[in-house]
Amino acid sequence: MLDDFMIRATLAALGTAMATGLLGCFVVWRRMAYFGDATAHAAILGVAVALMFGWSIIAGVGLVALGMALLIYGLTGRGHAVDTILGVLAHGALALGLVAVTLIPGQRINLDAYLFGDVLTVSRLDLAVIWGGAAVVSLVMWRRWTGLLTATISPDLAYAAGLDPRREQLILTLLMAAVVAVAIKVVGALLITALLIIPAAAARGLARTPEQMAGFAMVIGGLSALGGLRLSIWFNTPVGPTIVVVAVGLFALGAVAGKLRAISR
Amino acid sequence: MPCLPTAGAVMTALISARGITVRHGGNVVLQNVDISLTAGEIVTIVGPNGSGKSTLLRVLIGALKPSRGQVTRTAGLRIGYVPQKLHIDPTMPVTVRRFLDLPNRVSDAAATDALLAAGAPDLGSRQMTQLSGGQFQRVLLARAILEKPHILMLDEATQGLDQPGSARFYQQIDHVRRDLNCAVLMVSHELHVVMSASDRVICLNGHVCCEGTPDVVSAAPAYRELFGTGTGGALALYRHEHDHHHHDHEAAD
Repeated sequence: MLDDFMIRATLAALGTAMATGLLGCFVVWRRMAYFGDATAHAAILGVAVALMFGWSIIAGVGLVALGMALLIYGLTGRGHAVDTILGVLAHGALALGLVAVTLIPGQRINLDAYLFGDVLTVSRLDLAVIWGGAAVVSLVMWRRWTGLLTATISPDLAYAAGLDPRREQLILTLLMAAVVAVAIKVVGALLITALLIIPAAAARGLARTPEQMAGFAMVIGGLSALGGLRLSIWFNTPVGPTIVVVAVGLFALGAVAGKLRAISR
Repeated sequence: MPCLPTAGAVMTALISARGITVRHGGNVVLQNVDISLTAGEIVTIVGPNGSGKSTLLRVLIGALKPSRGQVTRTAGLRIGYVPQKLHIDPTMPVTVRRFLDLPNRVSDAAATDALLAAGAPDLGSRQMTQLSGGQFQRVLLARAILEKPHILMLDEATQGLDQPGSARFYQQIDHVRRDLNCAVLMVSHELHVVMSASDRVICLNGHVCCEGTPDVVSAAPAYRELFGTGTGGALALYRHEHDHHHHDHEAAD
C-alpha cells in the first residue's frame, strides 16, 4: 500500500497536520509565531550542515532546529525584549543556510524542496520520521496538557501551584524543534509557521474550551492537508503552498461563519 | 522587627521568609525583609506604589528567586493565589468551568460550591474573556479556594472594583476564610477596609517600616510618614469604627 506515492504523501501530510494543529494552539496562545519562524528557518541551515558533514538531512535539520530553539529559550529567560533578536536569528539562519548550501563543493541540491516542501517524494523512512515525530509530540502534550495550559494562562498561577512554567516552556521549545523536523518535508521551512498558526486560528471561533480548539485545529489541519494535496494534483501547483492556501480558505470561511452567527444572535 | 503574637494562633509558621533581598537591574526592590504567617491569621501588607508588595508575594509563591534570603514552607503547603491581574489571551477559548480545572481537575459539585462561596454562582458556562472585572476576580478566588489552601494570597485583588464591589469582595474572603480556616495574606491599598479586618499589618516600603496590630501600625511614625497626609479620611474612618481611644497625635480636621 505504501508503494503508492500518493498514499505516502497523504499519510505524510495528515501526520504533519496533526502535530502542527496541536502544537499550533500553544503557538497562538503564547504568541510564539516568530519563535516558530526562527526555528523553522534554522532548518535550512540544518540542511547545509547535513550536506557539509555528510549527515542525513533529517538529522541536520533536527539538530540545528533544536539548537536554535534552545538558544531562543535561553534568551527569553532573561527578560530581554526578544522580538528583534528573534527577527535577527530567524532571517540570519535562513540567509546563512541559503549561502552555505551553495558554497558546498560538488553539491547541486534542489533547495526548493526544503524551502517549500516536497511531499510527493516522501520515502517510507520519511513517513516513519513524520509519524514517529507526530506521535511523540501528541503523547508529550497529552501527558503534560494541564501543566502546559496552566503555565500558558499564567506563569504565576503555575508557580503558586508548585509547577515550573520554565520547564513547560522548555518542553514546548523541544516540541517545536520536533515539529519543524516533521513538517519540513511536507510544507517546507518557509511555511511551517503557517501550518502552526492558521488551523489553530481557524479553530478559535468554533471552540469553547482549549481542548475543543486543539481538536478542531487538528481536523482543520487535516482537511487542509487532504484538500491541498488533491487540488495540487488537479492544478499542478506546489503541494505545500496549496495546503496553506486551503487552510487560509478554511480560516476565512470560519471567520465569515462566526460573524454571521454573531449577527443572527 | 518583633513579630507580635496573635491571640489563639498556632505559632508554628506555615511559611516564613528571612532576609529577603530582591534586586531588579540596579535597583534594590526589597531589602532584608522578614515575614512569616501562621495558621488562620490575616496579615495585610500595605505600602505605596513600587514598595515591593507584589514582588514579596511573588517571592513567597516561588515565582521569583530572591537575590538573598530564604523562604521556608511547611511540607505539603498549599497556596491559593489570586493575582493582581490575569490577562487571558483572547485567542484562548476557556469557560469558567474549564478554568477552575487548572491546575487540577475538580468535580462539578466542588466547582459549583467554590463559585457559590466566591459569590459568582451560575458563571460556569461563560467564557473567561467575557467576564466583568468583578466577576473575573471572583472566579480567580473560586479557583484559589478549590485547592483547599492553607494560605490564601491576594494581590490587590479588588483593583478595578468600585467601592461597594470591593467591600462585598472582602466579605466574601472573610466567609471563605472561616469556611476553610486558612491564613490570609493580602496586599492592598484600601487601608481602612483591609486593616480593620487584619490581625497584623506589615507596612512595606522596600523594607519593613513597621509591623504589628492595625492600631499599632496606624499610630507608628513610619506609617504616618508614608500615608499620613493622603489618607486622613480613611484613617479617620478606621479609627471611628475600631478605635475609641483618643491619641494625642490625632489630627483635628
